[in-house]
Amino acid sequence: MFYNGRMTETPLRAPMEIAFDYTRSLGPVLSQFMTALRERRIMGARGADGTVHAPPFEYDPVTYRPPAELVEVGPAGTVVSWSWMPKPAAGQPLDRPFAWALIRLDGADTAMLHAVDAGSAAAMRTGMRVQARWAADRVGSIRDIARFEPCSAAKTDAPAAAAPPQAATDGEPVAMSVTPVRLRYQHTASPAESAYLRGLAEGRLVGQRCPACGKVYIPSRGICPADGVPTDSEVELPATGTVTTFSVVNVGYPGQEVTPPYVAAAVLLDGADIAFQHLILGCDPGEVRMGMRVRAVWRSREEWSTTARNISHFAPAGEPDAPYESYARFL
Amino acid sequence: MTEVAVVGFAQSPCRVREDATTGGVEMLVPIFAEVFAATGMTKADIGFWCSGSSDYLAGRPFSFVQAVDAIGAVPPIMESHVEMDGAWALYEAWVKIMSGEAETALAYGFGKSSGAELRRVLALQLDPYLVAPLWPDSVSVAALQARLGIEAGLWTEKDMAEVAARCRAAAAANPAAQVSGDVAIEDLLGRPYVADPLRAHDCAPVGDGAAVVILASGERARELCDRPAWITSLGHRIESGSLGARDLLSVGVGPLGSPEAVDVAELHAPFTHQEILLRRALGLGGPGDSGGPVEVNPSGGALCANPMFAAGLARIGYAAQAVMSGRAGRALGHATSGPALQQNLVCVMEAR
Repeated sequence: MFYNGRMTETPLRAPMEIAFDYTRSLGPVLSQFMTALRERRIMGARGADGTVHAPPFEYDPVTYRPPAELVEVGPAGTVVSWSWMPKPAAGQPLDRPFAWALIRLDGADTAMLHAVDAGSAAAMRTGMRVQARWAADRVGSIRDIARFEPCSAAKTDAPAAAAPPQAATDGEPVAMSVTPVRLRYQHTASPAESAYLRGLAEGRLVGQRCPACGKVYIPSRGICPADGVPTDSEVELPATGTVTTFSVVNVGYPGQEVTPPYVAAAVLLDGADIAFQHLILGCDPGEVRMGMRVRAVWRSREEWSTTARNISHFAPAGEPDAPYESYARFL
Repeated sequence: MTEVAVVGFAQSPCRVREDATTGGVEMLVPIFAEVFAATGMTKADIGFWCSGSSDYLAGRPFSFVQAVDAIGAVPPIMESHVEMDGAWALYEAWVKIMSGEAETALAYGFGKSSGAELRRVLALQLDPYLVAPLWPDSVSVAALQARLGIEAGLWTEKDMAEVAARCRAAAAANPAAQVSGDVAIEDLLGRPYVADPLRAHDCAPVGDGAAVVILASGERARELCDRPAWITSLGHRIESGSLGARDLLSVGVGPLGSPEAVDVAELHAPFTHQEILLRRALGLGGPGDSGGPVEVNPSGGALCANPMFAAGLARIGYAAQAVMSGRAGRALGHATSGPALQQNLVCVMEAR
């Protein structure tokens, strides 16, 4: 469709959000570093060449050995470079304009990347002095440092910023880090997938045929995966097919919509050359078998939209089973 | 020693593509057809396939497997993938040929950047314990590097704008470019900062695209191409992942930084100041030296089209094209990956 400029309809697109918590074990060096952050202390690692890295390295870049000792640095430091973020993005340390900065903490030779709450770009300059502002709730994370702030007389006197380090009595060492990841996308269906979904919205099953090998794919991804050529002729398929293989689902999981036991099957629609997965309901799971003839059960027309959910499930068609030879090559 | 040459290159125009999915198929099918037509090859002539792309950019796992649809992998093929720019796929393909396991190889890269919040997605290539939890975006990180160079006296904002203006003017002749045209330096410098000290013209546009390069060895290369672009050196280096511990003003190219004299260099610089840094690292002259014998980024460079995971491979393709077409005797292609030029690959090619 898109290959020869004949694309007539804009492909379907929809927002998609991916969210998960990235959970990692810390190892001995970062465990000490994170545990110290929880106690409002920042640690660096002294290398074999005498330089202090803050944040600490896990392996010395010169000798490749773990650090012999961690040393306390900061909590104030000097800005080495900075950039201004006028429109903070989701997840960043501040929701008002702020500076990203490389900060060389007092006692360290390398710099740490963090945010500086300076109010405006005009208040930022390389060489300026900044100090850590601690988060109220600290868990042993780089975000225990909420942000850095310019070292002005007023700020230095602020009790929260200048709070003394706590003794190391906050419980067990921090061993894990959890980073919430939230990513947003505009997911685009291919033109062929869009035609399939638009067909479903009209109660039709629309596949595509490969011009080279003649195989019919449903849903089609727009390309024959065997020949690598566009599948640009549409084929409407009936709502009947054959179970090629199946499994009985006996386990529950969050978000499950059908109560186990039930059957998930590969259904080969009549005229198709590839099976797709669907539910087989309307009979006892024990009655489902390879070769069983089934028919799509559509939801009521008012519920239809451009989604595979328009077909609720497949149910026995009440026809004699298909002979094994008729579907063997799709297994 | 096995001789390996680039014998074919094709790329899709870099655009925000409404018709393209994150699996890349829609962008790859036409350029596979194009490069096969140009070389007289078919998929059966390719001994090894290797792709570069990213699941984080696609927002789904194994997106590169979808892309294999574009090949038509029946009968089965020998195939691999790198979660990096396609230039590193080309590196793997080159090693495959050098080690005698294949005579021909096809490297491709693809990325649909417009479907994702690119600046945020790229935060996930940073240190996962100490940096990524703060979500520093890719433009802000590059801006830290730009300011270091400004304050060290290596370049000015005007030098950076001149890079943008020169690239955009060059891109006018390149239909694959996403942005192009004549711009006045003064106008550019009057525009607001995106991430002080970077303005919009200092940053590559966000676009979708794909690129493909075919490699072949010895006699096979001579059969496939009248004037193959023979690879004389190819290597890559990776700097420390700790942004605050490495010298952001030195590009890690090591011995790759002293190439033999080249006529054309295509540098993968997604930010204006990075072109200046790369010119210095590769001995290609600094600001004000652009009229020298080396033509830098005649394609317009990544500042005019930066399809993620394809733009580095395209640099090698453009450089090879300059040799294959007879426009250059020797050409250099550079690719980068990671934040602030952390990873660098340099490929030098020549006519024989």
